[in-house]
This record gives sequence, structure tokens and C-alpha cells, in this order.
Amino acid sequence: MADFRFSAIDQQILDKVVEVGESTTRHTRYYEDHEHETPPDRLEGERGFEEVFPLFGQREPGDTPMMTLMMAVSIARGSTSGVVRGLGLAMPQGRASGLGNAALQSAGTPEQKAKWGNLFLAMSITEPGVGSDTKAIQTTARLDGDEWVINGDKIFVTDGVKADGAIVWATIDKSAGRAGIKSFLVLKDAPGFKLVRQEKKLGIRASDTAAYAFVDCRVPRDALLGGDETVPKDGGSAGYKGVMKTFNMTRPAVASGGVAKAKGALEFAKAEMAKEGVEVDWGKSFRNRSAVEQKLIEMEADTEAAALTVLHAAWLSDVKQPNNLESSVCKAKGGEVCRTIPQAAMDVLGGMSVSHDHLVEKFLRDGRISDIYEGTGQIQRLIIAREILGYSSEELT
Amino acid sequence: MISFALDEEQTMIRDSLQGFARDVLAPGARAIDEAGVVPDDIIRQGWDFGLIAAAIPEAYGGGGMARSSITNAVALEALGGGCASQGAAIMAPGQFVGALIDFGSEEQKAEYLPRFAGSVPVAASLALQESQFGFAAESERTTALRSGNGWVVSGEKRLVPLGDRAEVFLVMARDVDTGETAAFIVPREAAGLTVSAESGSMGLKPLPQARVTLADVELPGSAKVAVDAQKLVNQARVGAAALAVGVSRQATDFAIPYAKERVAFGEPIGKKQSIAFMLADMHIECEAMRWMVWKAASLLEHDDPGAAKASVLAQDYVRRKAVKIADDALQIFGGHGFIRELPLEMWLRNARTLTVLDGPVSV
Repeated sequence: MADFRFSAIDQQILDKVVEVGESTTRHTRYYEDHEHETPPDRLEGERGFEEVFPLFGQREPGDTPMMTLMMAVSIARGSTSGVVRGLGLAMPQGRASGLGNAALQSAGTPEQKAKWGNLFLAMSITEPGVGSDTKAIQTTARLDGDEWVINGDKIFVTDGVKADGAIVWATIDKSAGRAGIKSFLVLKDAPGFKLVRQEKKLGIRASDTAAYAFVDCRVPRDALLGGDETVPKDGGSAGYKGVMKTFNMTRPAVASGGVAKAKGALEFAKAEMAKEGVEVDWGKSFRNRSAVEQKLIEMEADTEAAALTVLHAAWLSDVKQPNNLESSVCKAKGGEVCRTIPQAAMDVLGGMSVSHDHLVEKFLRDGRISDIYEGTGQIQRLIIAREILGYSSEELT
Repeated sequence: MISFALDEEQTMIRDSLQGFARDVLAPGARAIDEAGVVPDDIIRQGWDFGLIAAAIPEAYGGGGMARSSITNAVALEALGGGCASQGAAIMAPGQFVGALIDFGSEEQKAEYLPRFAGSVPVAASLALQESQFGFAAESERTTALRSGNGWVVSGEKRLVPLGDRAEVFLVMARDVDTGETAAFIVPREAAGLTVSAESGSMGLKPLPQARVTLADVELPGSAKVAVDAQKLVNQARVGAAALAVGVSRQATDFAIPYAKERVAFGEPIGKKQSIAFMLADMHIECEAMRWMVWKAASLLEHDDPGAAKASVLAQDYVRRKAVKIADDALQIFGGHGFIRELPLEMWLRNARTLTVLDGPVSV
């Protein structure tokens, strides 16, 4: 039956995640100012997830199902102000936790998974002139003997500096549009591969972002993810769909990151305004509230609504129901609140909120990307509109 | 544990009420709105679902099911998806019955609950709203003054649902001595109580609403119900929000096929992002609102310490989103949305009404 309460042990896990996440807060500003420095494995005073893991052993079958809990954990983790390593997607799963690893797991052959499964793999799709409209990809791959030869430029490769390699989208037949696009696993030691630069960004500075160039870059024939070298004529492509499926799993996770930044800014604003004597009284009606109280309520309602759509999308996958549409719904909401709530928090807090004395401005900078990567809010709305209107991607562009 | 699952009983209630809303409430909604009266037959058909009697304990002749706010939220959304006015008229007595189940003494339950367990509809009301602008449920002007063992209640209640026919009212009033909000069972025939017609209202037009004036109404001590006033008001707020979610879903589902049909500049307007994105946002917010309402209802049901907060958040969220959805649905239809032949303008009036009143129904 519908329920919105965490069990005592799950709440304990979420509280512990926050505690651990806060343990590195005093180092956070340093890594904001030194964005190309990778924090050491353990910072002074840092508490680790080893404090959280044992609690999972105490969970019982009646507790919140795993994907749903993971999204709640991700929101809790991302709302803290400690140093963030990587994207902070759900729980750290060791080295093999890049976005490319998710693609490998969902679209790779058993042999490919066995061969590359323990590498850290980034995802390399975006090009200087191609973002959301992935079927327009210009990077090419041509079979030459037993090797693929890849040519093109890629940008915005998340974790592309620290990764061992990347899953790279390239077309083997430009005339075939989407059907010609295949994924290739390219390791950094491949001849013709070049790491061009590491980007400097508004936020999520702990997550490196790379630009790649492929100049007659050669990879073995079995580097084609899924192994299907054919180009279907009906316009669809199993390989493309396989990779797109990845997004149904990662969208709630990325949405949770956006909600997390909203929540972080909200909690900060609430705590600081309480010190100034402004606190929401839940017993007061609309007409008895101050403007600031009302704003705090709207911020909390928006954040809560976004969080619930994330939990709902995850819960559907827990109970083995389709969640394509709901993944886009939650990604749209997560993308919305990552922008509006930190902005609103600064409205409430006033001028000092911009100061580097505090980390609330970081929530705005870090959150902003959540409405862009993994499909912009506009792309999510396109997907949702196509679904509810029954239009194909050709009919509604 | 976090779960979005309805149990078998709730699924059954939702499905049968959605069918009723689609086949009975929606087709008659416009004519009933124009006439300004919900027909007795509709109230009887709604009563036959046993929604109000279900949670009355067996000892008082009821169904003896657990009192469930989330079941009520699901039922209200389903009814609101057909016609919010008729849905409100069907469910309004539940405000009185639910309050007695939750807060009534054994004597109060024994006296009043059995009459709601029968097969004939019985009308009762929660009298909450007052005349003043800026009305706030926690600072009411209707007063209750101790007098010997009893009470004297004075004031004026407005827009009282089913006020024209209610046998009994639960009147919310401020205890003059303590300053706290209290609730009193006031029979219709109580001396000093007069019911008069309202001038009409923008939305929920066919829902009978009345002005109830209490001029030094003397009540016995036993008339006071030991309510948790905040919880009771929140149950009403979330009830109205649940109906509004139904209205929103109905407006969204009505606009989608129109956007595919209506051609402008050579193609259906649904193929233009400006319209398609409005529809996507309407869908997104219908989902988000529902979970906000469910969470609030669920926490209220479990007397969770977070219930008051969740209720305020749900009310606030639905207030902003439901009106926008009804308003955008109307916009998609352009001038046709403004004409009373189509239901769009009615849904806008109803969405606005449901999100400004503290509920004519409760979860």
C-alpha cells in the first residue's frame, strides 16, 4: 500500500549519508578554487561510506526497495556541502562507475562485459556542433581490415580525463541517419586518440570534463558495442536503442542530483533564516504568512514534488514496470528545481549569499548542469509530449 | 517503506469511480453547472458506492473498514476527473462523518454515525469558511463561550457545503477562553441557527452552499468534539487538493486530442513545441501533484509528525499548479475555451475555487 515513510533503518542510512557527506565541508572551498586538483582518497577528517554500508545489512525485505532507496540516498548525499568526487550518482561503486560502464552493461556482449567491465569508462556523444540531436552526429567510423578507423571531435566527456577510455558514438553510414550510429569502446592508448583539454566550468568542478579528438584513430573490430555491424533500413537500430535504454536508468539518477542541489540550498536557507528568527509555522494559513515564509514553503513544495517524481520513477523500476515516461518526468522536475530553488534560496538569504564565506552559491553553480546533461529539460518535454500525444520523433521535433 | 502501490481495495474503488465519473458525472456536468443544482439522483448514485459508510465502525452499522485518508484521496481524484461539483456534493457529508470517527466520543459516535450507515443519503456539513477577506482557519471570528456546563456559539459561516439540507453541522469556532479552535456539533434545528441562500459562487456552482448564521446558539457540553483542529483543517485542504488533481488530469486529457485535431498554419497545433511543451508540463504537474496529495493523505492517515507540513506543501503545490493547468488547457482551445459549450471555462472556475477554499470535502 502506498506509503511515504522510511523505516527506522532506512532513515538511519539517509541520516548517516548526510553526516558522512558533511565531514569534508571545510575542504570544499579549496577544491572549488583549485578545480583541476583531484582530492586525495581521504581528506583530513573525512568519514567514509564504510560507516554506511554495514547499515544496509540490517535492512529487511519490507523496507524501501533498492532503486528507490538509492535515489533517496543520492538526494541526501548531493544535498550535503562536502567535497564531491565524481558525479555523486547514487553510491560509489568502485572504479567501474562511469556513464560508459552503464552503456557497456546494458548494450555490450557478454564477452565485451567480461573484457572491459572493470575499466572506468566515460560516455562520449556530444560534438562541437551536435548536442541533443544525436542522430546528426558527424564522427565517423570506417571498417579497415580488422580495425575500425574513427575520425571526429567530441566534447563534454564527463570524467573523460580520469577515465580509462570511453564509449564513443560514431556513424558507420551517414546516409542512414540514426540507424547508422554505433557505439565504440575506445581506450586512451588507441593510436590517433587525443585528450585535447579539460574544461573549466560554472560548477561540478570535481567532475572533470574532457574534449577528445580522433584522427584516424584505430580500434579493434570487436570494439563495436553489441557487435552488430548491420545498418537496418527501417530507421531503427538495436544498438542505438540499447544505448538510449541506458538513459531510462540514468535519468532518475541525474534528476536526483538536481533535486539534491535544490534540497541543499533549501536546507541551508531554512537553517540560516531560522537563526534570524524566520521559520515556517506549519499551522499558519496562507494569509497569515510573511513573504519569506511563503517563499520557503513554495521552495520546499517544489523540491518535495520533484523528489517524489524521482522516487516514483525508481520505484517503477523496482516493481519491474516500464518507467520511460516517468524517467523523463522526473528529469524535467529535477532539472527545474536545480535552477529555481538555489536561485530562490539566494533571494531569501539576501546579499551575503553570494559570498565565498558560504557554500549556498555553490549549490546554484553545481545544480545548474542538471537541466542540461542527460537530456535538457526541453528534450525531456519533447519525449513526454511525443508519448502523451502519440507522435513519433519525426512527427514532433 | 516508500511505495506508490494501491492495494486491491483501493484499485477497485479507483477503477469503479473512474468509470462512474466518465459515464455518469462528466456527461451531465455542463447541464448541471448551468442549472446550478446537483440532482438528488446523482447524490444517491454516489452514496451507493458506500464511500462514506465504509469507514463507520460496524458497531454503528457501518462497513467497519479502516479509515483511510489515502483511499479518500484516490476516490476524490477519480470523482474530480468527472465533475468536481458533483464529486464534492457526493463526498461533502464525509467531512462530518470522518471528523466524528477520528475525534468523536463514544456517545457522539453512537448518536450520529448510525444515521450515515444506511442506504439513503444523509446530508451534513463542516462549517469552516467565514465572511472576512483574508480568512485563516486558525484565527476564526466565530466564537464559543463557556456557559455553565455548555457553550454559546456566535458567528457566521459562509459557503457551507450542503448547508441547505444538512441535518447537522460541525461548526468550527474559537474558544474565547483558550484562543484555540474548537468544533461543535450543531443540529439544524438549534435555536438561533438560521440558514440562508448564498449569492452564488464562481466555481462548484451546483454544489449547494449556504450561509449559516449562529446567533448565541446554546449548546450542551456534549456538543464539543475534541478535535485536533489543525489535522481536521488539513484533511479538508488535502481533500480539495485531491479533487483539483482530478480536474487537472481531466483538463489535460481533454486538451491532448484537441491539439492533435486542431490545425493551424498547415499542421496540428500539437506538433508545435509551444503547445506540445504546455501539454508536457501539464502532464508532469498532474503526476507531481498526485504524489504530493498522496503523501499528505498518507501521513495524515498515520498521524505522522510530518503530516501538517506535508498537508501545507500539498495544498500550496496544488494551489499553484492546478489553476495553471486548467488555465493552460483553456488557452490551448483559444476562443473555444471561453465559450460555455466546452467545459474548459468550468474547469478553470472549479480549479480556482478548489484551491482557494479550505475544502468542501476531506480525505
